[in-house]
Amino acid sequence: MKTRIALAAAALIGFAGAAVAEDTTKIAFIDPLSGGNAAVGEISLNTNRFIAEEINAAGGVNGNKLEIVPFDNKGNPQETLVQAQKAADEGIRVFIQGSGSGVADALNEWLRKYNDRNPGKEILYLNYGAVDPALTNAKCNFWHFRWDIGSDIRMQAAASFIKGRPEVKKVYLINQDYSFGQSVAKFAREMLKEQRPDIEIVGDELHPLVKVTDFSPYIAKIKASGADTVITGNWGPDFSLLLKAAADAGLQVNWYTYYAGAVGGPTAVRQTGLADHVFEIFEGVVNSAPAAAQKFETDFRAKLGVGLFYPRQVNELRMFAAAANAVKSNDDIKAIAYRLEGMKFATLDGGEGYMRKDDHQFIQDLFISSFGPLGPNDKFDEEHTGWGWKQIAKVDKENTLVPTTCNMQRP
Amino acid sequence: MFSSLNGVLYGMLLFMMASGLTLIFSMMNVLNFAHASFYMLGAYFGFEISRRIGFWPGVVIAPLLVGGVGAIVERYGLRRVHRYGHVSELLFTFGLAFVIEQLVEMFWGKTPADYRVPPSLDFVAFRMFGTDYPAYKMFVLLTAAAMFVFLIAILQRTRVGLIIRAALTHPHMAAMLGHNVPQVFMAVFGVGCALAGLAGAIAGPALVTQPSMAADLGPILFVVVIVGGMGSLAGAFFASLLVGIIQTFAVAINLSLSQIFGAVAPPFLGDLWNVTVAQLAPVIPYMLLILVLIFRPTGLLGTRES
Repeated sequence: MKTRIALAAAALIGFAGAAVAEDTTKIAFIDPLSGGNAAVGEISLNTNRFIAEEINAAGGVNGNKLEIVPFDNKGNPQETLVQAQKAADEGIRVFIQGSGSGVADALNEWLRKYNDRNPGKEILYLNYGAVDPALTNAKCNFWHFRWDIGSDIRMQAAASFIKGRPEVKKVYLINQDYSFGQSVAKFAREMLKEQRPDIEIVGDELHPLVKVTDFSPYIAKIKASGADTVITGNWGPDFSLLLKAAADAGLQVNWYTYYAGAVGGPTAVRQTGLADHVFEIFEGVVNSAPAAAQKFETDFRAKLGVGLFYPRQVNELRMFAAAANAVKSNDDIKAIAYRLEGMKFATLDGGEGYMRKDDHQFIQDLFISSFGPLGPNDKFDEEHTGWGWKQIAKVDKENTLVPTTCNMQRP
Repeated sequence: MFSSLNGVLYGMLLFMMASGLTLIFSMMNVLNFAHASFYMLGAYFGFEISRRIGFWPGVVIAPLLVGGVGAIVERYGLRRVHRYGHVSELLFTFGLAFVIEQLVEMFWGKTPADYRVPPSLDFVAFRMFGTDYPAYKMFVLLTAAAMFVFLIAILQRTRVGLIIRAALTHPHMAAMLGHNVPQVFMAVFGVGCALAGLAGAIAGPALVTQPSMAADLGPILFVVVIVGGMGSLAGAFFASLLVGIIQTFAVAINLSLSQIFGAVAPPFLGDLWNVTVAQLAPVIPYMLLILVLIFRPTGLLGTRES
């Protein structure tokens, strides 16, 4: 009996040993995988897994395979910290997060303290979606790197595009009433004033976050204001319902959006029939992207059945892999972070971007694209709508720069 | 003026959902937390059928399916829980709402479904003050109105309605007289769910068909039912219109305290001072709910205390 137990124990230890010897580098993916925003979380989890597989197929990172481990934070800051602690306890040293600036703020603060208390076991924070400007300004942190376009930078790109469009005269701002929506409204006011002082802001509306089911009264106000252009940072149902109400009421304006291309956005625009009236400021346009990006997109769609929502996640994970390979270590997080600072990198959608050293914001060329029926040479539609994105303009990275107030504390 | 029309349109949509909820409550004393989930099921069934056969069969079949699901839930779930009292029933429907949401996510995924307005109704009905009114919204309006008239007629004017009302107030007496009370309850629950399903199948294309749609609309339904008076169909009708109209009118008002009393805010009121009525619009129904519960617990047209 005793020998049996000993044998079983030996077998278990041997098994565990084999698991460790497999040489994987784990990356924690901390985002909502249940609840209202689960759709976004699920897709970006699969996106990260797809990119990790690609990196692994090419030999991995320093010979190790990347493994994306999901942690469901339910979109809630408290739960995020619980999940972050869990991931840290499992020895995971790289975190990916992107849904929600409230969550990002909490995680950023937690990470700063954790890294102070655990020198030599620091954790790196790769942010693909939380766009609160505070993360790269007042609350900037050496361990945090952002590949998404900060909401200030995105508005800067939009404003420099609108500068060359004299037909834009009256702008209406409608945004969700929380930190992100408020910042969009604020930047729109400031940057439009700077680039085009003649533009009149005819409305600045904040509506409650994901509570409005009928936007027609808001649309009536936009109509009454005589606006020719609406700028909105709305996402999810707030975006879909807003556009549906606009189409129902026959509102003919141009829409400058942050998230028309996010999950469910293309479906909503297609339903409204607002062809070539909805613009998005984004890091790439797949229909005019370089061949390598189109190849990636084709493979991605074949595997996952949806378009690539987040080219930035590709840049993010590939760039992390490149930095880790350059310092020849997956565990020396400090060295990787120093390597990422100022690092230049060829983005998926063409052009060279760089990780700005001052605030850890990735700087890249941005594109203005419009959504409508596919042209003869356009290969990719979105969400099976038959409509796709067309490039309208490219904003060079120099024209997207916004000064930062970050005072980076380096270890 | 167009605010009031928008308000009526939105109110009618609310009524379609609230009618089933209030019906179930008045007949069975069950506050059905899963009601909005049946509405969501209606939207997804409607979407699935419209994709295969067409929109119109969807509008007819989807509510029947949802009604069937509701009847099964009553027969094999709620009826067993019933004997343990109201709290158990409440918890049962509460849990059911989560189960349905997860099932919908499993079958249709988490992304919004592309449920479209049928081409036959995809045109502008009329223009007023420079704003288009789509035919589909008129269709929603008429359906809701027809539903109201139909339900009132059945309950007040037919023998079936008589039995239902009898089973409601005097279940034992009705049973003694030879009526199968449990079966009446099952039918009522099924019909209530079918009404929610109909609302879903019709509202799906107008709003967004996605797994969170139940959670988004659930709370406001309770406002309608409680403000209208628990179990009063007419009350639910008027409360729906009231909530719809108040909300749409409030959005149009850009007035804030600072505009009335001057830009300088008194101490501690800095933020509150600049909040406009429009920003408060979605909260107003809930304030109404609280006020009604304090000052008129029976609701506007209700007869008994909740």
